[in-house]
This record gives sequence, structure tokens and C-alpha cells, in this order.
Amino acid sequence: MTQSNDTPRRDNKPAFGPGRGGPMGPHPGMGGEKPKSFRKAMKTFLKYLAPYRVSLALVLIFAIAGTIFTIVGPKMLGNATTKLFQGIVAKVMHVPGATVDFHYIGRIAIILLILYVASAIFSFIQGYIMSGIAMKVTYNFRKNIAEKIKRMPLKYFDTKTHGEALSLVTNDIDTISNTLAQNLSQIVTSVTMIIGILVMMLTISWLMTLVAIVILPVSFGLITMVIKASQKYFKQQQVYLGHVDGHVEEMYGGHTVIKAFNGEAKSIEKFDGLNTELYGAGWKSQFLSGMLMPIMTFVSNIAYVAVVILGGFLAVQGTISVGDILAFIQYVRSFTQPIMQVANIANVLQSTAAAAERVFEFLDAEEESPDPVDAVKPAVVKGNVSFKNVSFGYTPDRVIIHNFSAEIKPGQKIALVGPTGAGKTTIVKLLMRFYDINSGSISIDGVDIRKFKREDLRGMFGMVLQDTWLFNGTIRENIRYGDFNATDDMVVSAAKMANVDHFVRTLPHGYDLELNEESSNISQGQKQLLTIARAFLADPKILILDEATSSVDTRTEILIQNAMLELMKGRTSFVIAHRLSTIRDADIILVIKDGDIVEQGKHEELLAANGFYASLYKSQFEIAPADSL
Amino acid sequence: MTKLFKHLKPFVWAIIFIFVLLFAQAMLDLSLPGYMANIVNIGIQQNGIANAVPEAVSVTEFNHISIFLTSDQINQIKGDYIVLDKQSLSASDYAKYVKTYPQLANENIYKINTTNKKEIASLNTIFSHSLPVVANLEQNAAATFAQFGIPYTAGQDPFAVLAQLPPAQQAALQGAAQTQINAIAPDLLTEYSVAYLTIEYKALGMNTGAIQHRYLFNIGEIMVLITLASAACSVTVGYISARIAAGVGRNMRKQLFVRVESFSNTEFDKFSTASLITRSTNDITQIQMLLVMLFRIVFYAPIIGIGGIFKVLGSANSMLWIIGAAVGALITIMVVMFLIVLPKFRSMQALIDKLSLVMREQLTGLMVIRAFNAQKHEEARFDKANQDLTKTSLFVNRAVLVFLMPTMMFLLNAVMILIIWVGAHEVNAGTMQVGNLMAFMQYAVLIIFAFLMISIVFIMIPRASVSAVRISEVLETEPVIVDPAKPENFRSDLKGVIEFKDVAFRYPGAEDDVLKHITFTAKPGQTTAVIGSTGSGKTTLINLIPRFYDATGGAVLVDGVDVKKVTQHDLRDKIGYVAQKAVLFSGTIESNIKYGNENATAEEVAKYAEIAQATDIIKESEKGYQTLVSQGGTNLSGGQKQRLAIARALAKKPEIYIFDDSLSALDFKTDMALRKALKKETGDATVLIVTQRVSTIMGAEQIVVLDNGEIAGVGTHRDLMKNCKVYQEIALSQLSKEELA
Repeated sequence: MTQSNDTPRRDNKPAFGPGRGGPMGPHPGMGGEKPKSFRKAMKTFLKYLAPYRVSLALVLIFAIAGTIFTIVGPKMLGNATTKLFQGIVAKVMHVPGATVDFHYIGRIAIILLILYVASAIFSFIQGYIMSGIAMKVTYNFRKNIAEKIKRMPLKYFDTKTHGEALSLVTNDIDTISNTLAQNLSQIVTSVTMIIGILVMMLTISWLMTLVAIVILPVSFGLITMVIKASQKYFKQQQVYLGHVDGHVEEMYGGHTVIKAFNGEAKSIEKFDGLNTELYGAGWKSQFLSGMLMPIMTFVSNIAYVAVVILGGFLAVQGTISVGDILAFIQYVRSFTQPIMQVANIANVLQSTAAAAERVFEFLDAEEESPDPVDAVKPAVVKGNVSFKNVSFGYTPDRVIIHNFSAEIKPGQKIALVGPTGAGKTTIVKLLMRFYDINSGSISIDGVDIRKFKREDLRGMFGMVLQDTWLFNGTIRENIRYGDFNATDDMVVSAAKMANVDHFVRTLPHGYDLELNEESSNISQGQKQLLTIARAFLADPKILILDEATSSVDTRTEILIQNAMLELMKGRTSFVIAHRLSTIRDADIILVIKDGDIVEQGKHEELLAANGFYASLYKSQFEIAPADSL
Repeated sequence: MTKLFKHLKPFVWAIIFIFVLLFAQAMLDLSLPGYMANIVNIGIQQNGIANAVPEAVSVTEFNHISIFLTSDQINQIKGDYIVLDKQSLSASDYAKYVKTYPQLANENIYKINTTNKKEIASLNTIFSHSLPVVANLEQNAAATFAQFGIPYTAGQDPFAVLAQLPPAQQAALQGAAQTQINAIAPDLLTEYSVAYLTIEYKALGMNTGAIQHRYLFNIGEIMVLITLASAACSVTVGYISARIAAGVGRNMRKQLFVRVESFSNTEFDKFSTASLITRSTNDITQIQMLLVMLFRIVFYAPIIGIGGIFKVLGSANSMLWIIGAAVGALITIMVVMFLIVLPKFRSMQALIDKLSLVMREQLTGLMVIRAFNAQKHEEARFDKANQDLTKTSLFVNRAVLVFLMPTMMFLLNAVMILIIWVGAHEVNAGTMQVGNLMAFMQYAVLIIFAFLMISIVFIMIPRASVSAVRISEVLETEPVIVDPAKPENFRSDLKGVIEFKDVAFRYPGAEDDVLKHITFTAKPGQTTAVIGSTGSGKTTLINLIPRFYDATGGAVLVDGVDVKKVTQHDLRDKIGYVAQKAVLFSGTIESNIKYGNENATAEEVAKYAEIAQATDIIKESEKGYQTLVSQGGTNLSGGQKQRLAIARALAKKPEIYIFDDSLSALDFKTDMALRKALKKETGDATVLIVTQRVSTIMGAEQIVVLDNGEIAGVGTHRDLMKNCKVYQEIALSQLSKEELA
């Protein structure tokens, strides 16, 4: 697989939106991607949360209770202050016996301490349950996606890249997880906070509350203005960053070509232009988004001043007490935070819905047709394969295999020949039902392959592809892929048959060597031998082989050829052919051009026909004429 | 980390300016709670009367006060006050004063006549030590006189009683009053005095409400101005720091890019291309983020923290321990948290990578997995990765979000309770005023938050410093291949002669040479083919010609001059190079061909495309030569890219062509057609071909056979079939005897 197909591309999905944070740091209040249908996505999402409704209700209760306890705090603290103030004033005014009522203050302190402890415990319990739910939901989402992939037809990935599916598991699930773990209870606490604080403020003074609230729309307006302005530059910055990163990737990737063509100066010149553009948008976006905090602080400070002054007047009049001013200051200060959060929540929910939508779309995608209920259990497979009037196209409007028929007897060798990219693997994919044919039938030992369970059908085949697929595990585990019940001895003897035993034993940990992520700690040829060993272990009746041994040195190539020959003995084999010997020995040669089987027959017959095969064959083995390089 | 500071150098004045602004902002922010304290203490509790110095006092009351003053003190006061006398005042002055002091109509009034702060402070000491005594006498005369056994009946003027006493008794009484006064805390004395003044002002008929309002408004005005100034500082800091951060990012990015462009393949091998890309993109972005944080939080938090401590130092030393304890607790919690969470946090990234790896393997191995019915096995593998990640992230989540946040909140709240409790006793003792207590609470919050910020920054810095180290690694790497100080010119009588003279090459740090004793000459007008199995050193060999690597032994000569002695630019101008894996750049088909020669005409471009057998790609698309090529040429097949890469090399019209196994992605027919067309075009040029296919080079004038880095034979196909065993082995593995004949 090519690298570009696997790694989710940076520019596919710009990273703005809450929870993700742009490359220049988190960007508050940025509009993320929008879902196609918010309602539908959320509805489905809630269904996934339904099993946790009891826990969620608990979370709700604890969150509200915990918040209310903290909201009461400042008011009580204020009362204590008032008591202290009154005591001291009375003392100054020479009221007989006047002193500070420490008994009262002490009682409040103890009550407050209890409240705060309770609040901490409540929010702890709330968070504990919620993070548990979030993780469970996330875990299940990932599991569902992984399981879904197994049921999906190969067709799905004709139009979608692996990167897209990967990004579901990483980015999208991450977004959902963050929202669940943090934002959901945040909504509850923030709303409770706002309402609670409002109520508490009103109990102190409606006039001061009014002043505090009047400031809200002002700050909202300012925030919206700043966000709007900064959003423009933020998007620009994302785009320019994409340009710069793209240029860097491209230039580093083509480094030798640039050197060979003396293109350094030109490349740097282009880079300079892109870099300057990025700088311009970068600092503006950074500056404007950085304005949010000072503006909020300013507004909050103005509110603070207003409250203090107004409170002073009211206190002089005796409408409120000194402690009330203190309490009110604390309320005003803690008012802005939940409001910012609530303002942001719409964005968070939106990008969550968009992420969830992508996940649901994937989970709802069409699956492979179910296996037949009355599936035929294959007896001992002989290896008879017959194609009858097979037609097939990857898309319905473009049929590439027209009315193909062939009869293959057990033990025969079928060579698939054609130019690069002609679609030689299509037949293989049809045989193993990775794709279903449009019309006609394919049968094994006289039974239509659609009557088998896929598992049983695929169990009849062994496969060695040029794209040697090995996974990040030990060599032993990789060979055992052919038969999970095989003993260690069986694994070793399969390796011996594949001529790879000796090589494996020379490796640092022998069969227990862990292949690294790109399996780059063993060579391409050795990888191919391992996949052959895997096929030996599977011991199938029908074989699918891709012979290509490019980028393998001569000696390893001979080892591979011998191993393949050994493997083919007594098995019906479909060989994607690149070598003379295979083609000439083949019982049937299928000549493929543009996906269709244009000719079929034995080597001599096809040569005699002097068609496409003949010209292909001749050109391949033509000695370079004197007038060519 | 220190390496980062080098890049900040150009911005040093701006950074100093930021420091100054942040300092100003911190001072402004820190002054707000102080003003709030004034509002409570003076504005509310003292009715807007700031100190014990009376603005005005009636002559009668002044005489009462004088009883408790020394003659020096009385003289000092008289110097600072003027007497308002109904008789001696002009009519207009009288009208003005009687409005403020209605009592002027009935008696003379002393009015303050100084604004000197020092003088007022001095007066304050005098009055605050005398006014409470006068107040006490006026309000509690009976009890006070009873204490000294002086007969007193209610309703009598206490001062008259006092005046009739014998001097000795009077002195004793005064002495006792002074001792009592001295025992009272100064804050409380002021409060007592203010209480007296309020009554006196009312007696003078002054509008005490207006005094209070004026005071509140004054403070409010100041506070709004401070808030404005603080916001202005903050916005300016934001502006400067945004420009610095983006500027440092821009400069570093540029430096890095230029440096990497100067690298030879040796440095690319050392770092790997992927790692260089990350260093030039993500790592720089990390630094940029760090800088913004640095300016706004890392600099600011300590200033506000330390400034806050200084603020409370003066007023509430006795409660400092509360803040100390809170900060101590905070640091302890943070340290413990990090010790527990950080290792887990680090392993999270590895687990995420593992999960994506397994997922990616399942996607790329879709067919193989199904072919071997290994779905169950894969499911188990994924489930393990999934569970590991879930467990760890649950732990981290619970530790940080679930535990840390409520704990911090509780810590903060507990501090508030403690301050109220301890502070109440201080207030009661008169060592502190209620407003200061309230201010103290706000300072405590500021200080604790500052420390919280600092400790959070301590987690972020190691992450960014990793980036800084990775960037400076690149910047400090000098490319091994550089132009000579005095470059020579090529011999003008030669055109495209390549000569290898006993060349050896060894990769840095390797134990063995990859190439040894390579000696051969490639001549113009001829095709020289290099053949050998994988790992025999073919590509390495030809990479020595354009100086992608430098020979470690012997010399590679082009047109009679060692390639190390000419400039890389001149050398590469002579060479048309087609790599094993074709690389195209984003743009159009035309721009890619023209990369070889910017001045190529449309006809030339078409010609080269035709020679390279690339016309079908152009015909297939509506846009022809303007067909867009995506980054890395992903919208083209390997064969298509290869042919365009060849056209690009042709456009350069070089003296030397190097094809590094460049034709392997083509099918045989195209391959053959291309070779025929190429032969005509390359004409007099020197052609070097690296290949594995014997069939394609049988016609070459010279074949160099490589085996394990050494030349196993040089000659034509016919010669080598006779006398080179390695060549025979390769040939026979590919073609039958008849075909090789």
C-alpha cells in the first residue's frame, strides 16, 4: 500500500473547531465543521447513550448538587464578613458589650467546609461516572468500527481511502470522547451555575444584578466581533499553513530531483513567498484570538468596579451589607466562565455531531450480502473451478469482464498475463468473493461459490500476493496466520518448505523476532518467503500466487521460485505471471487487457493465433534492437 | 531549550517591552483589590472620611480637643487651619462657607488650610490620638468619670467638669487616657476618630452623604481608569507577542528549510525524510505555541504571584502563612499528580499509535485477512489495543479531570474559609480592617492561580523543548557535501566523459565499503549499463556522479575534473537524472516537463513528451498539457510518472543521462518504444542505465556488472556471457538459453 493512502492527510480535514485546537493553539469559539443533519446525528448519538441513562441521571444530579453547593459558598462567606463588619462597627460606635460574633462566624466556617467537601466529593463522583461512560462509549465505537470493517465489501474502499476510515478511529472518536468526558457535564454545571448565580445575585440586590446582566450583552457583542474578525485570519492561516507544509513535504520528498535539476533557489523562493503569507495571517489570527482574554477581563473588571461602587452606595444606604458586596464580587467573577462555556457549547456540539455523523455513516454503510442460510458445507475440496458466462464490472455502468467461461481441472495451473495495471487480480477477487459477479456463475467442485459461507469458501484458498502483507508481530505469529491451530513444529516445517527456515534462524530472535511497523527489519524477498510459508501452513487446495519478484536479488529470487514451484504441486493454482517458465507450462493462459479477458488458451495456441498475447510475448523477450538504448 | 533563545535575539527589545508592559499590567491588576478595600474601609465603614484630620471643626469642639493636646501640637494645628469668622469674612465668602458649614451662622469654625500630605499624616497622628478621648468623654462621661472617682451628674458638660478639676487630677486623667489610647491599634483609632468626626460634621450641618458619595465616585473613577490601562497593556502585549511568535516561527522555518535544502543525501539518510518534514512543520508550530504561552503566561504568572505577595506583605503579614500553606499544598498535589500521571500520559501516545497501526494493518490487509479467515484473530488484536488505550486514557482522565479539578477547587475554597476565620480575629484585634481582609482573599486567589499556571507550564515546556532540540539538531548539522572554496572549470575539450578511478564508498558509521575499486569510463555517444542484484551498489554508484554522495576513496571525474572540485550547480547542469522512483511536483504536466528547462517552448515540451511516450496521458485528459498534477503526482500511475520524469530530463538537454532503473514501471511494449525514441534523442550524450533486466541492455556498448560492491566484469553482453560468471547467473535466471544467444 502506498503511504499516502494510509495516513490521514492533514489537509483533508482542517483542524479547527473546539476540542481539536488549531496549530497555533486552541482557538476559542471557532465554528467547526457542520454536520449535515444535526438533529439526526444527535438522535442516533443519544441512542448510543441510552444504556447509560441511569448513570447519566446520577451524573446530572451530582453535577447540579455539586454546583449548587459551591454557589451557596460566597453568599455564606459574605454573611460571615457582614457579621464581622457589624461587630467591629458596633465596637467602634461604643455599643456596650459589642464584640465580633466568633461563634456565628465559626459556625459558618464549619458549614462551608462541609459544603465544599461535599461539593468536591459530588463532582468527583460525577466525573468518575462520566469518564467511565465516555470511555465505554468510545471503546464500543472503536470496536464497532473495527468489526464493521470486517463485514464491509471490498467495494467500499474503491471510492474511500484507508485514511478516511483511520481518521474515524482517531480524530472523530477522539472528538466524541472529549465531548462526553468534558463538555457534557460542563453543559449541566455551566447552566446550573448561571441560573444559580443569578438567583443568588437577585437575593442580594436586584439593582446590582441588573448592572451585572447589562454587561453580558456587551461582552457577548465584543466576543462575537473579535471572533468574527479572527476567524477570517484563522481560516487563512490554516490554508497558508497547508501550503507551507505541502511545499515542505513535496520538496523534501523530491530532494534528489531538486538537486539534480539545480532547483534549490527556486524552491526557497517559493517557500519564502508562502512563509511570508503564513506569517501575515498567523500573527493576525493569533493577535485577534488573543484579544478575547483581555476583553473578557476588561468587561469583567468593569463589572467588578460597577458592583463595588454600586454596592458601596447600597451599603451606605443600608440596603445591603458589606459581606454582600464581597459575595457579589465573587459571583460576578465566576459568571463569565460558564457563559463563555455555554457560548462555546454550540460549536462543540456541532463538531461532535459532525464527527458522530461520519462514524454513523460508516457504521451504516452497506455490508457484504449475508451468507446463505442453508450454506453448503464443503466436503473434501478437489479443486475443480469453473467459470460460466461470467460478467463483472467494478461499477455497474462499466462492465470489464464480458461473458467469460473456463473449465479448470484439479491440479491445473492457470496463468494470468497482461500489461501492468490491466486488472489481473480481478479474477482472483471474484473467485474469493471479494466482489460478486454481475451475471453468470463461478463454481468450485460443481457448487456455486455463492452457496458457501464466505468463511468456508475462502478457507479453500491459499494466497501469496506481491504486496506481502505482514503485521506487527513475531515471525512465528505471522506464519501461523495460515492456520491458527498449528503447533510450533508445524510452523517450522512450513518455513522449511518455504526455504526460509535457515534465514529465520540467522535473525536476532529467530522465530520470535518482532517485525517492526513497516516490517522493514527484514528484506522484501524474505517477506515474500514468509508469506509462502504461511500458504504452506494453510495447505489449501486452490492457490493464488503473484509471482512478481522485482526488487529481490537473484539468489533470493531462485529461492522464491523453487518454493513457489513446491507449493503449487498438486494444487489448482492461479498464477499472476511474470515469468516465462510459468506462462509456458500453464494449462490455461488468461490474457487480460483493460480488465477483460481477451484471449485464453495454451501458450502455443495463443502464439499461433498471433493476437495480443503474441505481441506481448514477443516484445517482452525481444532483444533490444541496436537502435534502442 | 537555551538554543531557542538564540532565535529570540532579533526580538530582544520587543521582549523587554513585553516585560515592562506585563509588569505594568500586573501592578495595575494588583492595585484593584486595594481600591476595593478602600471602598469598604473608608467609603462604607468610615463614611468616606479617609483619616482623623477634620476638614472643619467648631471652635467649641476644638477647645475640647485642645485639652488633650500639648501646646506645641495646638500651635501646629493652628498653623494649618484658618478660622472662619462671620464678622471678618466678606459677604461673598460668608455666603459660600455658610452653605457648606451652616453652623457658621452661630459660631466660628476652624477650616483646614493645607494639602501637604506629610503635614496631614502628622496631623492624623495628633488627631487620632486625641479625638477618641474626646468622643469617649462626650459619649460615656459618666462611666469615665466614675472610673476616676470624679463626681458627675448626667446632663453636665463633661468638659466643664474636667476644667474645674485640680491640675494634678487632670494630669492623671490625661495620662490614663493616653496609655489607653496607645494600647489601641492605629486602624481602630482612625475608626474611632472617624466616628467622632461624622458626628461633628453633622453638628456643623455638613452633608456627610455627599462626602461619602464623592469618595466612592473618586475611587470608582480611578478603578475604571486602571482597568482600561490594564486592558490596553494586555492588548499591546498580545499584539507584540503575536508578532514575535509568528516572526520567530517564520525565521526558524526559513532557516530550517534553507538548511535542509543544502543537505546532501547523507543528511537525509541520517534524519529520514519523514522526520525532516515533521521538524519543519509540526515542531515549529509547537515552538510558536510555546512562545505565545511564554509571553502571556510564563512571564505574567510569576510577576503577578510575586507582586501579590508583596502587596499582602505590608498589610497582612500574620496571614501570609495561609498563602504559603496553600501554595505548598498545591505544589505537593501537582508533583504527586505528575509523578503518577506523566508516565501514563507518555505511554498514551504509544497506545494511540498502536491502535492506528493495527487499524491500518486491518485495512491494508483486508484481502489477506479474509483469505485466511483471520477476522477473529484480528478482532482480538484490535480489542487488546482498544482496551489498553481505553484503560490508560480512563486513568489519565480520572486523575486529571476527575480528581485534580475538584481538589483544586476545594483547596481554593478552604483557603477562603481559613482567611475569614483567621482574618476575623485580626480585625477584632484592630490589626486589620474588613476591606483589607476582603482584598487579601482576592490576592490569595491571584497568587494561588499564578502558581497553578506556573506548574502547568512546567508540563508544557518539556514537550516544546523536545521540538526545540529536534529543530536545532537540524540547524546544527552541516552538510557534508559543499562547494569547493575555489571551484575549477570543466575541461572544455571533453563533453560528457565520466571516469571512475578506483572509487570506494562507505556509508557513515558503516563497517564496510559498499563500493570498492570501481574503475571504468563512460563515453559520450555510448550507453553504459550497470547491472547487479539488489544491494550490489548500483544506485550508490551512480549517485556519486551528481554528488548526491561523495566517494570516500578514489575519484569520480566528469569531463576530466574531480566532481568535488567544481560547483554542484555546474556539475548538475550537465546531468539529466531520472530516479528509480519518479517524483513529480504539484503543478501541471507542462510545468513538470519544464522543470528541466524553464525556457522550453511548447513545441519542445510536446516533442519531449512524445519521446517519453507520455502523449497518451496528455491525450486522455481534456486539459492536455495543463492537466493538473497533484502533490507527489498521486493522480498519475507509476508508469505515467516515470515517463513524465523522463520527459523532464530530456528537456534539460544534458550531456549526461542517468537512468536509475527508471523503466521498470513500464510494460514491455512501452519500454521498447521509449528506448527506440530515446536512442535518437540522446545521440552524442553519455547514457548511464541501471537495471535488473538483462533483456533490455543486451545492446549496450558497455555493461558494468556489480557484485557485492565490486566490479565483476566490464564488457559487452557477448563478452560477459563468455567470461563473467555473475552476469551469466543473472542472465540465465531471467531468460532461456535460446533467447540469450
